[in-house]
Amino acid sequence: MPTTTSARRILLPLLLAAALPAGAAAQVTFDRLLNAEAEPHNWLTYSGTYSSNRHTTLDQIAPDNVDRLELAWIFQANSLEPFQATPLVVDGIMYLTEPVNNVVALDAKRGSVFWKYEHTPSPLARPCCGAVNRGVAMLGDTLFLATIDGNLIAIDAIGGAPIWKTTVADPAAGYALTLAPLVVKDKVIVGVAGGEFGIRGYIDAYDAATGEQAWRFYTIPGPGDPGHETWENDAWRTGGASAWLTGSYDPDLDLTYWGIGNPGPDWNPAQRPGDNLYSDSVVALDPDTGELEWYFQFTPNDPYDYDSVQIPVLIDAPDGAGGTLKLMLWANRNGFFYVLDRENGRFLNGTNFVPVNWASGLDDSGRPVQTPQPPGATTFPGVQGGTNWYSPSYSPETGLFYVSAWEAYGSVFEAQEAEYQPGRVFLGGRPANPFGAGANVPSLRRGHINNWTDAAGGGAVIAIDPRTGEQRWRVAMTDVTSSGILTSASNLLFTGNREGDFHILDAENGDVLWRKPLGGMIANGPMSYMVDGRQYVALAAGHSLFVFALAE
Amino acid sequence: MVNSATRRTAGWKARAVLTALAAGGAQAAAAQDHAGQYEQADIEFGARLYDANCVQCHAETGDAVAGVDLAAGVYSRAGSDAELMGLLRAGIPGTAMPPNEFTASELTGLVSYLRTMRDVDLSAVAVGDEARGRALFTGRGACASCHRVFGEGSRTAPDLSAVGAIRTAAYLQRSLLDPTGSMLPVNRPVRAVLEDGTVLTGRRLNEDTYTIQMIDQDERLRSLEKAGLRELTAAAESPMPPATDLLDEQEVADVLAYLLTLKGL
Repeated sequence: MPTTTSARRILLPLLLAAALPAGAAAQVTFDRLLNAEAEPHNWLTYSGTYSSNRHTTLDQIAPDNVDRLELAWIFQANSLEPFQATPLVVDGIMYLTEPVNNVVALDAKRGSVFWKYEHTPSPLARPCCGAVNRGVAMLGDTLFLATIDGNLIAIDAIGGAPIWKTTVADPAAGYALTLAPLVVKDKVIVGVAGGEFGIRGYIDAYDAATGEQAWRFYTIPGPGDPGHETWENDAWRTGGASAWLTGSYDPDLDLTYWGIGNPGPDWNPAQRPGDNLYSDSVVALDPDTGELEWYFQFTPNDPYDYDSVQIPVLIDAPDGAGGTLKLMLWANRNGFFYVLDRENGRFLNGTNFVPVNWASGLDDSGRPVQTPQPPGATTFPGVQGGTNWYSPSYSPETGLFYVSAWEAYGSVFEAQEAEYQPGRVFLGGRPANPFGAGANVPSLRRGHINNWTDAAGGGAVIAIDPRTGEQRWRVAMTDVTSSGILTSASNLLFTGNREGDFHILDAENGDVLWRKPLGGMIANGPMSYMVDGRQYVALAAGHSLFVFALAE
Repeated sequence: MVNSATRRTAGWKARAVLTALAAGGAQAAAAQDHAGQYEQADIEFGARLYDANCVQCHAETGDAVAGVDLAAGVYSRAGSDAELMGLLRAGIPGTAMPPNEFTASELTGLVSYLRTMRDVDLSAVAVGDEARGRALFTGRGACASCHRVFGEGSRTAPDLSAVGAIRTAAYLQRSLLDPTGSMLPVNRPVRAVLEDGTVLTGRRLNEDTYTIQMIDQDERLRSLEKAGLRELTAAAESPMPPATDLLDEQEVADVLAYLLTLKGL
């Protein structure tokens, strides 16, 4: 539009017709989401691409210049809640959730704020493990925010005003939304948290334009549906099986993959005899209808709270006969690393990546051979798992899969009968500290002083060769880690730790090439983008988002 | 038209004073104290809310509940306006007075009406018909050519989806009649000339010592380093003309009624 005409529209609005052409701003079409790899200067989805390998092909920051990395800018949140969101960046504009449920649009070069959308969650919200949010999704000029009080809100990405709001779940019954939604075609897909409150979990899709519900997939089959028989004692009604982390999507197979959370009550499986499908599973759904194509259960009748709520990492690999294997890589909270065939869910191989004693191994179908520990004995991994929701990364350059792990960390599980009361926790026991009163073990958060012994376990970045399941290298840390991992085409690995260090490793061998103490726990997934020819890396530490780039 | 509105307000004030003088006594003096405090648009908005929410129990006269005379303008349970708003929101436990989910602008309207209901003259129309207002907003009033409501309209002027909840009736009326006088500084129209001569015009969103953020004429978000600009000006005059340039008094009241229905999501 010529400038003169546009200026008149501003200055003499009443002389013009009401109908206007759409703004010339970036339209994040589904086609762009499908081809996100082709625009590495942007970060269009929670995990960067639909295959969720959190790998950037940007290579300006490289091993031979990483010492020139400097702070570009900081966004300080007006909140002391955990900062776990991954920002999106679209053509120079960053969209970030400020804990808990505010959304800010920022100049990605310098952090200046264009607008802030503020949502004050209902006091009825009661997320189990922190009032967190992991980011927004985008389609067209619209952002999608899932709130801890159970709403899905569409927000204009240009003006910052809300467009529609849909109630997905009832916060008073213990449901919450903590994830970044996933957009597939014209739908926005979300799953619910609440596995500690006796919910019945589900994954929903909503029309991106109107907010109308398109489909619902119950993660616990109802009466008459296959799998319902895996819940005795009517336990399906309160069996949990949440879905609180963003899924992945394979456009060729037209399937979307989601990790499903623990069955409830968490630690008393005697109240829910059976395999408890689809808790602790990955499900492959038709994104148009929500119909189940296949599932694979990692931990049947789980007594340990081993949510299978991890990012499904999709890779293609040669099958040795001229064809391609469509694989899914999964380092599970239960301590095993799995390779699945994502066409049909078939188990290909699996190996533990941390010490494990709850199972002696996996059988040919991938089902664990469970070895429950005697009362009072320590089970490995402990309640927070061998890993958790922290984003892993796969680098096509090295062919390695990288995961943040809690090593040699255990809990003593004690089961108790739990009575279901709507909106109250429904746990069925507790995971006890193996070291007795007075000793500290890692939990969801930490303070400034590290007060536990080596016996409580430690953190590590582990590089796994998915062809064999073997560890290529590991970098150990004193404290456990909740940071996600980003790899780059220049063979860098960006991650952090709870002690507040942002460190950059050599993705080939784990050498620590650069580190910077940021003074706060790092608990989000680093991401990267480029504006005006300069590559940036962003990650949250404490209550702020830090953005780095090479010195100009 | 601005002048005419001023005259109307002045006339209403004069009537209120006359009524107060005629009534005599302490209560009339109290009403007189309140008279200049509340604005006609808020009072009218409050009168509508009263009819919709309060009249069934309290009646038009305000004295249908035993021991309660709303028209007195002074209340034993709520001395200040803030206390009265709190009471309207929370209700009175143990009585038939229920809690209510009024917005801030609705509370302002209700309090304005309650404090003045003995004397108020509702014959001057400030708050009109919301359906006609909606049609004018997108039609002849051309409001949507700059403003946006629930995803419809332009983004060049501020989004109005929640304006009825966050602005009082009187404030909205002033905005319609005198856009420049009620424009927030952050919304000022800016004109920036880039080094290559490109001219950007639009609305300021944010500004600091070194940079400015704006939404430009093509509805694009722009963040500019001031040092790199050939020229940067912010005008104190709103690009919006007084509504009376295009609409008559009744139509302005209709648009105001429509704006008051916009309460966000």
